Amino acid sequence: MAIIFDHVNHVYGGDTPLAVKALDDICLQIQDGQFVGIIGHTGSGKSTLVQHMNGLLKATSGHIYFNGEDIYDRDYSLKKLRSKVGLVFQYPEHQLFEVDVFSDVCFGPQNLGYDKKEAELKAFEALRKVGLPSELYYQSPFELSGGQKRRAAIAGVLAMEPEVLILDEPTAGLDPRGRAEILDQIKGLQTDTGMTILLVSHSMEDVAEYVDRIVVMNKGRILYDDCPKEIFARYRELEEIGLAAPQVTYILHELQNRGFQVDMNATTIEEAAETVADAVRMRKKR
Amino acid sequence: MGIVRTENLIYEYIRRDEEGNVEGITTAVDRVSLDIAPGEFIAVLGHNGSGKSTLAKHINAILNPTEGTVWVDGMDTSREESVWDIRRTAGMVFQNPDNQIIGQVVEEDVGFGPENMGVPTREIWERVEESLKAVGMYEYRKYSPNKLSGGQKQRVSIAGVLAMHPKCIVLDEPTAMLDPRGRREVIRAVRALNQVEEITVILITHYMEEIVHADRVFVMEGGRVALEGTPREIFSQVEKLKSLRLDVPQVTLLAHELRRRGIDLPEGILTGQELADALCAIV
Repeated sequence: MAIIFDHVNHVYGGDTPLAVKALDDICLQIQDGQFVGIIGHTGSGKSTLVQHMNGLLKATSGHIYFNGEDIYDRDYSLKKLRSKVGLVFQYPEHQLFEVDVFSDVCFGPQNLGYDKKEAELKAFEALRKVGLPSELYYQSPFELSGGQKRRAAIAGVLAMEPEVLILDEPTAGLDPRGRAEILDQIKGLQTDTGMTILLVSHSMEDVAEYVDRIVVMNKGRILYDDCPKEIFARYRELEEIGLAAPQVTYILHELQNRGFQVDMNATTIEEAAETVADAVRMRKKR
Repeated sequence: MGIVRTENLIYEYIRRDEEGNVEGITTAVDRVSLDIAPGEFIAVLGHNGSGKSTLAKHINAILNPTEGTVWVDGMDTSREESVWDIRRTAGMVFQNPDNQIIGQVVEEDVGFGPENMGVPTREIWERVEESLKAVGMYEYRKYSPNKLSGGQKQRVSIAGVLAMHPKCIVLDEPTAMLDPRGRREVIRAVRALNQVEEITVILITHYMEEIVHADRVFVMEGGRVALEGTPREIFSQVEKLKSLRLDVPQVTLLAHELRRRGIDLPEGILTGQELADALCAIV
């Protein structure tokens, strides 16, 4: 059991007239090795939620457990927590600062107390995992393309060898291929190393394609927590809170209304193509 | 002559080392010639680093051509004395709304542009009102911008440009940071400006669904215009687009997959309704 939230509340600006309840009685369990998507409109509490997971924000009330230990215990080391739970912020490339990519990725493990050689080994491994071509390792991070910078920044977190990787909109502003490449590599981390992954995203298509489970946030609360098919079946409710289903869902609805017997559970293009092809064959036979 | 015209536009970034010596030259825009008619809705696609934003920054004279010429409403952008007229003619909206809003109150923010241009006070208020109405944000005029959602902030940014009465608006990935509703609101506002106010729109985006209503699409690759055509013509080339690191709308992709499964559908399907019509015609 990787992460447990037990009745967690977070209030911004408490004791002032501007107090905002950003997290409202959150109870959540994230199992080891899961790939969890977190969706919700801007301001729904997604980023606040994930910033609690590595202790960047402290809950106003409630408890958070990581691997069975209460992270708010007086003798619990938040530094250790942050090495186990890696958080990649939005636009992580803004945090690149070293003279070359390799030194930038070494910074994390060195900061954790590893000697130079160990840090370099970890950096090398992390850069390999994100698929950055080796000829870029000694270039300035500022000369890379948007997608490459993003991967260098993710490598910086991976080099600390976290058990849980949290990514806050890792694909915003990337071209479609760049999006697919990064998400494929993240999926690979889950399947190859059993890493637990949390993905905060505004792209319903990406979430539908990659994750095992979706947590829907609204007004600081967890509105739904289920597998993608169950979540996107409620697309009307999702629209009411500023979200949507993947476009495939809308296309299938259109086809269903026009008399095709399609399986409404399909959420990816591949699944939709199968069910539409079947439905067309059935109509032709009649 | 078009509202925006470029002839053999070349822009080179010069990379320098710490001592200021030239290390290398990157040609970000390479011999681009295009001619955009007043009132057109133009979409620009291209992968990261293909030169889209560099091209866009020439349209309101943030960058000047290394070679070639850019004319905005007949004005040569490299002429220093035209810069302010050019920026008034072609407004620009960027990706992150938080970097573009400066006012404490929505209507103040929108009034900043015309005030800066020396527009009389009474007319500023008229312009603020009409601009906020055009993007559907008039009821929020007394709000503080930081109480707004991303999509609302981005529409305030657009109103701020609109208040300067531009003939052309360039939007550089205006929806990249927004949630689905925010994206829909912004795209709806942009289409309204184009269709109702007849403002020329140049929209740069990575979301293929946002451009199915464009009049023309330019696809950039390596600083050049690699493809040009209507959305239907462009999205008929699924494999070509994928080789340019791009994609097609999900419905177009679904039609493509169905064709591969032996269902005889036309190329370039852009909406769910078109797909349903085409399938009904077959069975």
